[in-house]
Amino acid sequence: METKSQPAQSSGQFGDRIFKWLTLLMALVVFILIGLIGYELFAGSKLSLHKFGWHFLVSSDWDPMNDNYGALPFIFGTLVSAVIALIIAVPISVATAVYLTELAPLWIRQPLIMFIELLAAIPSVILGFWGLFVMIPWLHKHLFPWLRETLGFLPIFKDTDYGPCMLAAGIILAIMVIPIVTSVSREILRSVPGLQREAAYALGATRWEVTRIAVLSYAKKGIFGAVILGLGRALGETMAVTMVIGNSSQIVASLFQPGSTLASWIANQFTEAVDDLFYSTLFELGLVLLGLTVLVNIIAQLLLKTFAGPSVKPQN
Amino acid sequence: MTAPNHKWRQCKDVLMQIITLACAILVITPLILVFYHLITQGFSSLNLNFFTHLPKALGEKGGGMANAIVGTFVLICEAAVVGVPIGVLGGVYLSEYGGTKFNWWIRFAADILNGVPSITWGVVVYGLMVVPMHGGSALSGGVVLGMMMIPLVMRTTEEVLQLVPGGYREAALALGISQWKTIVQIVIRTALKGIVTGVLLALARIAGETAPLLFTAFGNLGWAHSLKEPIAAMPLQIYLYATGPYEDWHRQAWAGALVLLLLVLVINIGVRFLTRDRFQQKI
Amino acid sequence: MADNQNNSAALNIKNLSVFFGKNHAVKNVSLDIAARAVTAIIGPSGCGKSTFLRAINRMHELNPDVRMEGEIKLFGDDIYSKGVEAVVVRRRVGMVFQKSNPFPTMSINENVTVGLRLNGIRDKKILSERTEQSLRMAALWDEVKDRLHAPAISLSGGQQQRLCIARALAVQPEVLLMDEPASALDPLATSKIEGLILQLKKDFTIVIVTHNMQQAARVSDFTAFFYIGELVEFDATTKIFTSPSKKQTEDYVTGRFG
Repeated sequence: METKSQPAQSSGQFGDRIFKWLTLLMALVVFILIGLIGYELFAGSKLSLHKFGWHFLVSSDWDPMNDNYGALPFIFGTLVSAVIALIIAVPISVATAVYLTELAPLWIRQPLIMFIELLAAIPSVILGFWGLFVMIPWLHKHLFPWLRETLGFLPIFKDTDYGPCMLAAGIILAIMVIPIVTSVSREILRSVPGLQREAAYALGATRWEVTRIAVLSYAKKGIFGAVILGLGRALGETMAVTMVIGNSSQIVASLFQPGSTLASWIANQFTEAVDDLFYSTLFELGLVLLGLTVLVNIIAQLLLKTFAGPSVKPQN
Repeated sequence: MTAPNHKWRQCKDVLMQIITLACAILVITPLILVFYHLITQGFSSLNLNFFTHLPKALGEKGGGMANAIVGTFVLICEAAVVGVPIGVLGGVYLSEYGGTKFNWWIRFAADILNGVPSITWGVVVYGLMVVPMHGGSALSGGVVLGMMMIPLVMRTTEEVLQLVPGGYREAALALGISQWKTIVQIVIRTALKGIVTGVLLALARIAGETAPLLFTAFGNLGWAHSLKEPIAAMPLQIYLYATGPYEDWHRQAWAGALVLLLLVLVINIGVRFLTRDRFQQKI
Repeated sequence: MADNQNNSAALNIKNLSVFFGKNHAVKNVSLDIAARAVTAIIGPSGCGKSTFLRAINRMHELNPDVRMEGEIKLFGDDIYSKGVEAVVVRRRVGMVFQKSNPFPTMSINENVTVGLRLNGIRDKKILSERTEQSLRMAALWDEVKDRLHAPAISLSGGQQQRLCIARALAVQPEVLLMDEPASALDPLATSKIEGLILQLKKDFTIVIVTHNMQQAARVSDFTAFFYIGELVEFDATTKIFTSPSKKQTEDYVTGRFG
């Protein structure tokens, strides 16, 4: 610290006021940004909103030639790929979080945690690239035929695949969602009071029983919040999905067929858009996507912020 | 005097340990695989050419990603100019001033922004800047990345500042030092390492972003001569090459991906290394 | 309950030392805990009382920094010998903690029977019999018999602690360890707990850590005085409080320090 003479009282107060207002202004930028996002998306989709109204959300026509657009295939694809991702990711993530907080030997924990955080840092385009050139050929050769053989009677596993498809998108989303669900679940599990675990140990419970009785049931709500957070991530993911999903605007039952999500379709079509209406529909898709992800994120935040263990109501 | 189901309980215990360990290994497998493939496929293409030459005309072999590498660097700098002051100062406000209710809303808004899909950011800045400017530009690319950084840096800055013990602030104020000087010269200085860490991690995040740049920076197969022109960036180039028809492009995409991944991982690991003495995490 | 409660000593502790890293928390303690009696462990804070207690049900093994030396025999069985699992020891030795910790996601009923169910006992009749038996022993039955399915956390602090005692008793341990069980409770709840300790000692061996000397005098048959990790004196409670042999003991029980 410089050893200047102390500033006069008034200039110190002046400095304080300026600084406070400066930082306040910067903090308010978040509200400005939210406003900008909302404004731009609404303004941009005005044409499309005007022409199609609610019909946009339930129509599955995507026909630029005839100025007919519908968002259903992409809403469908977004939800389906996210659900697949969660089905794969949630058990694996929660199990990993349990391993890291309760069961793993101490020396293994930090390195594993670091690896998982590095996994989260992989840029989406790189994962998509790897997915396209390595994962999909492998799936095509090994996993998909097996699925077709054993579960081919189910409509979701019919048809041959030609590479990019909905299931591949679900799998790559799972890879991207796992790190976040794991690390948030880990935080939740760590916050379970040690006293709960001790109570179970003192009764002669094994490590797994302690986890089951004292930790997991206590942490249920928080883990659910972690899962919803992961869902939010899966809904908005663009690059990796667009590279492995095939980008088709058809709704089909088979997971081996290509599909599209809201995000991947916008990425895919933006350069194709030729007229104002086309652009406007893409903006509207963006609006739908935003609405979906914001809603899911709010739910996740509320679940996580209010998690403090089951509520305790003492009556005397 | 053991219970009749004792052996089964021990079995279950071991079984669950194995299952959860298997899951943990499954989780890190993609990281290892990705790294492995990037190295085996991309390393051989990393030569001086790659780093210093521009892409060749469509279909021709050879060329490099010099413009993309520089472009990423330029975009990161722009994003930092936008994101760091706003993010850090906003985080300062959250930590040092403000009422609890008001701050709750700010944090809530920041968390919502953190959940906005990256492609949405791109679409928004497209309407905001690209349309009025009649075209993509390095400027709009930098702005969108900077905007994405703001909520991120704000939250990490706030968290780090909160860790500075209140006693430091009180001691400084009791010495008659004005509040803003206390914050800047004592609190921020103490937390500087953490703030820088947060900024670096945010930069590493946006360095890998592609979707927002699709509609803002646009990409460029040559040099951008001013910020008003479209500019190349590594993630954009990788995307273009990977989804393009040319074998040579695929080869270069591997190399580019390797470089980008190394950049991101080096920052992440480096940051972890620098803060390891503060890593007092209870496991 | 095991027949060997008729032996004179429930626990034979020889040369027990507990180390937290470099800190020698319990120093070479030897004593024998009598069966079907209450033994109190007293001493100023930080003297190693709780550490000593936790060695008896192998709770220290949850902490990787802890090292132990010495021997503890539970009715003749060396509880630290190789081949003896901690899980088995903790079934035979129950523990009640300073702060009550019922499982919040379970009902009163479920809390009491959790130890039994873990051990594979599913028969509803046996479970409900044990529930009633344990809750009666914990002097809680009359207060909760009509709401066994209510959440455990809807009880008051004192009731929750008695529930934890019932939970520990349900698995019929040979020894019950109590780590300052009433320190977080008001005087009325405390006296209820003390009353039930006096009832319980007919059937169980109890070791209770307490910083409240009057409590030790009220409920225990034997008292051990610890000071900075060492066992200073161990004798019948009446002797410790009326004519202790060591000056340190006398200074502590007369309140000259502590």
